[in-house]
Amino acid sequence: MKLKPNEKLNIRELMKDIENYRPKRRGWVWRKHEPKLNLNGYDYTELSTPLQNSVPLPAAKYFNNIDPQPLPVITTEIASGRFEDDIRRMRMAAWHGADHIMVIRTAGQSHFDGLIEGTPQGVGGVPVTRKQVRLQRKALDIIEEEVGRPINYHSYVSGVAGPDIAVMFAEEGVNGAHQDPQYNVLYRNINMVRSFVDAAESKKIMSWADILQIDGAHNANATAKDAWKVMPELFVQHAINCAFSVQVGMKKEQIALSTVPPTAAPAPDLKINLPYAVALREFFSEYKMRAQMNTKYMESSTREATVTHVLNLLISKLTSADIQSTITPDEGRNVPWHMYNIEACDTAKQALVGMDGLMEMLELKNDGYLRDKVRELKERAILFLEEMLENGGYFNAVEKGYFIDSGIYPERNGDGISRKIAGGVGVNTVYPRDNDYFAPVTAHFGNNNVAQYDEKAVNNPASLIAGCTFEKPEKIIYIDELDQSDNVYKRLEETEKYRSTSLVKPEVEWLGDGTVTVDFVLPTDIRHAEFAGIEIGKKMNLLDVEVIHKEVLHMAEGTRIQLKGKVPFEIDLDKLVIPEEPKTLSDDEISAFVKNNGMKIVSGTVGEDEHSVGMREIIDIKHGGIEKYGIECIYLGTSVPIDKLIDAAIEANADAILASTIISHDDIHYKNMKKLHEVAIEKGIRDKVIIICGGTQVSPETAKKQGIDAGFGRGTKGEHVASFLVERKQEIMHGN
Amino acid sequence: MTRKDDYEARRKHLANMSDDELKQRFWDLTNQVVKPLIDLAQTQTSPAIERSVLLRMGFSSLEAKALVDKVLDYGLIGKGAGHVVYKAAKMHNVSIREAGLSLIEGKYWEEILNSFGVVK
Repeated sequence: MKLKPNEKLNIRELMKDIENYRPKRRGWVWRKHEPKLNLNGYDYTELSTPLQNSVPLPAAKYFNNIDPQPLPVITTEIASGRFEDDIRRMRMAAWHGADHIMVIRTAGQSHFDGLIEGTPQGVGGVPVTRKQVRLQRKALDIIEEEVGRPINYHSYVSGVAGPDIAVMFAEEGVNGAHQDPQYNVLYRNINMVRSFVDAAESKKIMSWADILQIDGAHNANATAKDAWKVMPELFVQHAINCAFSVQVGMKKEQIALSTVPPTAAPAPDLKINLPYAVALREFFSEYKMRAQMNTKYMESSTREATVTHVLNLLISKLTSADIQSTITPDEGRNVPWHMYNIEACDTAKQALVGMDGLMEMLELKNDGYLRDKVRELKERAILFLEEMLENGGYFNAVEKGYFIDSGIYPERNGDGISRKIAGGVGVNTVYPRDNDYFAPVTAHFGNNNVAQYDEKAVNNPASLIAGCTFEKPEKIIYIDELDQSDNVYKRLEETEKYRSTSLVKPEVEWLGDGTVTVDFVLPTDIRHAEFAGIEIGKKMNLLDVEVIHKEVLHMAEGTRIQLKGKVPFEIDLDKLVIPEEPKTLSDDEISAFVKNNGMKIVSGTVGEDEHSVGMREIIDIKHGGIEKYGIECIYLGTSVPIDKLIDAAIEANADAILASTIISHDDIHYKNMKKLHEVAIEKGIRDKVIIICGGTQVSPETAKKQGIDAGFGRGTKGEHVASFLVERKQEIMHGN
Repeated sequence: MTRKDDYEARRKHLANMSDDELKQRFWDLTNQVVKPLIDLAQTQTSPAIERSVLLRMGFSSLEAKALVDKVLDYGLIGKGAGHVVYKAAKMHNVSIREAGLSLIEGKYWEEILNSFGVVK
């Protein structure tokens, strides 16, 4: 299966023969550093290999559409509850630079004792199953060829079925996974003994499969009452998972810390977050850093979240990040939507590329506040460990509520999370291995009496069964669906018309979900604005109207409201009447015509309007304007009266009048166009002169209705205007 | 437990250490915390670990679950669920899968218990 950029990924085709699909590769892939890359004349030092296909940043059009790719792997988290729609979003994200796709699990999967099978719909995530994983890995195997860079696929090895999931991930070519028994214990109340015993097996399996491990310490930050005060404990949580993994046999370069800048503005962000980031990187210098972004202080403002995340990116740049996570700016208000995944990827790309080479110009100070704070954090972390050991070790410490206490250690507020050694989900489900305990498989941790059957098989227990699924993937037993009413086939049927006909509907997460947002200001207080906003949504015929964001502009003068709602209709693309895209002549064609026939224009910004940039862009040679074709341009400046412009055209015997009309208040721009047309008629030159108006708020269709020859809107370049001038003058020369 | 921040008092023994010494101490202490957890994991098993063994031996998740439930019922999890299937396959000279599916159907258990010397 091969993708074409202008065609959708066909989910039904993807599912064909899935029972026999094997992933292309196994293990994590880093980006390749290109220390000397020159793009559009700029020297970069911290980029990775460019993509073959991508969507560059919006401003790239001013830079020859370059799309520099930063060095860290960029993560995006995608899990809407329907894995088939998530695949489409993964493709969008890959085109925007994501190469680490993280799939959040459905609520409750941690407590499911075994693998879930099939493709049921999830809540707040997807049920992670073999079929879903295999389909998504297969999709990414295809998408990575389209964009030209390997894509890492990631989910969670946690809960009471960690080892089961680890095996399935190893078999299905999953490249990264969260694995941290402390996460089970502290946040999922899974019995701590079971969690650590299971974790050793999971980690052993992940080591075999070269799955990059990410820990769960960042959750402490999101859970703690005063997030920054858990900093000393975060060192301890990271260290326990790292050391436990290494002692199981995992390579250090396969272990990544999930680290979050703990606080956010209005706190003094960098004063707290930078020393923490520096101290962590010094203690954990042999491990990888996955820089997560702050979620603790996310509200419904996507702007505020974006600024927090850009400051987080600055921390990454001032220290280091092997993997740069992104958090969608809408995560504070809903399960992430398509466009916010893309915004988050672009935010990371834009900020990191913008800060290329930053530390070649700066260095962090080696004394003063920063070093004092770094030292203090390290010492506090050591004191935490000392007391844990004095009190009987990890399990006892958890039972006594050492973790997630809101005091900065050694301060204690007595509000930590306490779990019982003999409590939690899965308590009393750990059993001692007998002396003749045996498991004839690869990547099994702990005592395994293989020698009782064959001493020669001690280093390869699976040889006793002629290879396990890790050596012989054909032994994997695939289950398609277990639930006949809740599966992907049913969901595809329900939305089939949006896949196989020309009907479209707006969407934010699922095909045909119909969701739109409306953004406006009401001149009243916040309480009235909220309820009035809902009524506005209803009067717009939206269904399921909800306010998703409100912001005081002033207590009495105005409130900003953002609504979401669903539209009950669809649009038939085949029935649309779409005007033809403007044709552009080649530079040579334009220049040749101008040379042979001449072309003179008069121009200016009309009305009481001081904007000059737009017109200069269209005419000036240095902006690629129409002067470069040899067109003679007479520029009269800004706030030019209509009569003056017409008189200048008469005096110069100009072929055309170019008027810039930026101010659009009360449709003044269209009124001026009409006036230009009418005055030209009055003065008897309308049939000889071409009138063109342009501006950011100009619609070409509406402009023509005012009687002028053409209107040009946002994004117009000199070549568009020159092409039109040549074609229109040709028509006039031929008597049209 | 509540306690005021007594960092200044507690840190005295760390105050004169170099940054490298601090780092060394941090990891020494961490390894001491982790060692007993590793020892525990070496010598214990769980239903999830045994299911993961059976998955690797070529059973589906449903089969693995059914087998581990039976192994627990017969008190044989200390031997390893994969071990039970392996032994049944050898004793009856059948494939690993055939042995496992027969065990799910309730076959072979008496002989397996005997072979492990377990008195029911």
